[in-house]
Amino acid sequence: FARASRALRPTHPRCGVLTLPALSDIGSASGTSWSRWTYKRESSNSAWNSKVPQIPTWEPVAENQLPPPTRVSPDLVDKLERLALVDFGSKEGVDCLEKAIRFADQLHDINTDGVEPMDSVLEDRELYLRDDMITEGECAEDLLQLAKHTVEEYFVAPPGNIPLPKREERSSMLKHSEF
Amino acid sequence: KSPETFLFFIMIPYTGEFLSMVGVVGLEVHAQIQSTSKLFSGSHVRFLAPPNSLVSHFDASLPGTLPVLNRRCVEAAVLTGLALNCTINRKSLFDRKHYFYADMPAGYQITQQRVPIAVNGMLVYSHFEGRRRNQVVTKSVKIKQIQLEQDSGKSLHDDEQSQTLIDLNRAGVGLMELVMEPEMCCGEEAAAAVRELQLILQALGTCQANMAEGQLRVDANVSVHRPGEPLGVRTEVKNINSVRHLAKAIDYEIQRQMEVLQSAGKVLNETRAFDSKSGNTIPMRDKEGLQDYRFMPEPNLPPLFVYESKASVPAGVDPAQVVVIDRLSAQLPELPSVKRTRLVETYGILQEHSFTLVNEDGLMDYFENVVQTTKAEPRKVIGWVIKELMGNLNSQNLKVSQSPISPCALAELINLAESGHISSSTAKQVFQEMWKAPEKTVGQIVKEQDLWMINDKEELQKICRRIVDSHPEEVNPNCIKALILASETFITQ
Repeated sequence: FARASRALRPTHPRCGVLTLPALSDIGSASGTSWSRWTYKRESSNSAWNSKVPQIPTWEPVAENQLPPPTRVSPDLVDKLERLALVDFGSKEGVDCLEKAIRFADQLHDINTDGVEPMDSVLEDRELYLRDDMITEGECAEDLLQLAKHTVEEYFVAPPGNIPLPKREERSSMLKHSEF
Repeated sequence: KSPETFLFFIMIPYTGEFLSMVGVVGLEVHAQIQSTSKLFSGSHVRFLAPPNSLVSHFDASLPGTLPVLNRRCVEAAVLTGLALNCTINRKSLFDRKHYFYADMPAGYQITQQRVPIAVNGMLVYSHFEGRRRNQVVTKSVKIKQIQLEQDSGKSLHDDEQSQTLIDLNRAGVGLMELVMEPEMCCGEEAAAAVRELQLILQALGTCQANMAEGQLRVDANVSVHRPGEPLGVRTEVKNINSVRHLAKAIDYEIQRQMEVLQSAGKVLNETRAFDSKSGNTIPMRDKEGLQDYRFMPEPNLPPLFVYESKASVPAGVDPAQVVVIDRLSAQLPELPSVKRTRLVETYGILQEHSFTLVNEDGLMDYFENVVQTTKAEPRKVIGWVIKELMGNLNSQNLKVSQSPISPCALAELINLAESGHISSSTAKQVFQEMWKAPEKTVGQIVKEQDLWMINDKEELQKICRRIVDSHPEEVNPNCIKALILASETFITQ
């Protein structure tokens, strides 16, 4: 069996990926194959050192430490739907949003005094600057094929932005749609 | 109209209440960066090309594509910032500005809203005042910031078929947005500022600044108020295709707002389009209320660093790969204002003439060429260049490079006039002949038409006597002496 395992995909010593034996090599579907598998894991400890804790270590933040819950008004829902073209659909959708905001409110518990805000984990990397050369383009045909309706190598759009219909009109429109 | 004439204009018809209202103008300029490829992709930047042929997968916002910043665009923004006395931010950030429009397939534009590449600059410009428009007044306007951003595609509206055709060739081209503080008061100031900006950008080579081709787009924010009081509600005027239209649009809008307020109305915070046919601004229907752009940091681009000098480039980074400010400062060419000062100091010409020389493409070189070739004083040459040469070029709508008379030929002509071989009025005539027949030399034309000035005293006396003899009753003998002494040409008939 050991011979079979050596024929497997080689691992990099630093890589934390467990190499799995091919399913056929495990032999008959018996309980012993799995124990053999975990045995392999413990023996090659240097190659497998998970940073993920085995049991949860966090505790939920107490309600009284959180800011007051945010209520999303119907007007705000309407505005968000207009700006992002996302359909909240129903009361459940809005409830889900409010729960998500509540979950994120836990971040307020952290003391960030004197800490610079970070918007990207790549902040310490050099932003790569490209040379000013022509390396792409000339693929009009491929791009136009992606559109259902084109006119003489132009994409077609309706004249100007169509305003999102009001909520009442929308629900009557959707009643007759597939959704 | 200058500021004075504006105030004068409103004093006459309106009541005392509105005597002191003034216009407040702030400009937002979008300058298309002159580069070979686009800001975040490697597709070609070109004005005319088959629709959608200069579009990469990133420009079409296909999923899975990422922006890669073009170094030339960063250098262009830094050069422009340096020329306009800006502070260059060593670290600048990119953001997403979200809004929906068919010519912007991503649904957002990558711009620099929080920390742009350059801030706090100044544009110095001049315009002419006085009845004869020959008094130069120098003004300045603060530049709030210069930021890098993407251009959108082009929409062609087809009202007949009720559709819009989208061409993404322009989508993703690099733009420098220059935001100026609202320190100007009328159309003329704005026009003068934009003209100077055009000259600076063209001298730097960072933007060709041709408004008609959309390389330079100017939007004007206009409001009116009484000095000392808070600023009034402003409107944004778009769709301005030339410097002349800019002045017209601003003046119309200031006038319109004053009239609205005078009739106890309210100025709406809206976007208006300039209609060149009528010279009016009309409200644009497509703008829905106040836009919320939901700015957020661009997650695919880490901060942009530019370095002071080669020494400040961190170890392990190739200096040729990054933008170094010192290197760019050394490349700065002679700016228009410096050119003008140099012309006035070197040649002793008038300030207003230096403006004409620098404004017209190639005219300064032409002028300096003639001055070097001719024996005449620069002050004499400038007259020829500004009046005769430019007069003809303008009437036939030609550029300096298309002039049928070369600097050498003009120098020759001026030499002849200066040395007294032909009179100045004849010289002007010869100039026009040379214009029509550029293959002939100056000497040839003068000889053909027998325009040589007659300096021979005896010959002049002969001519005078002949004329006097044919009109005995009219002539005063003293006149004859005067005639002989004067060196005017007699065109023999």
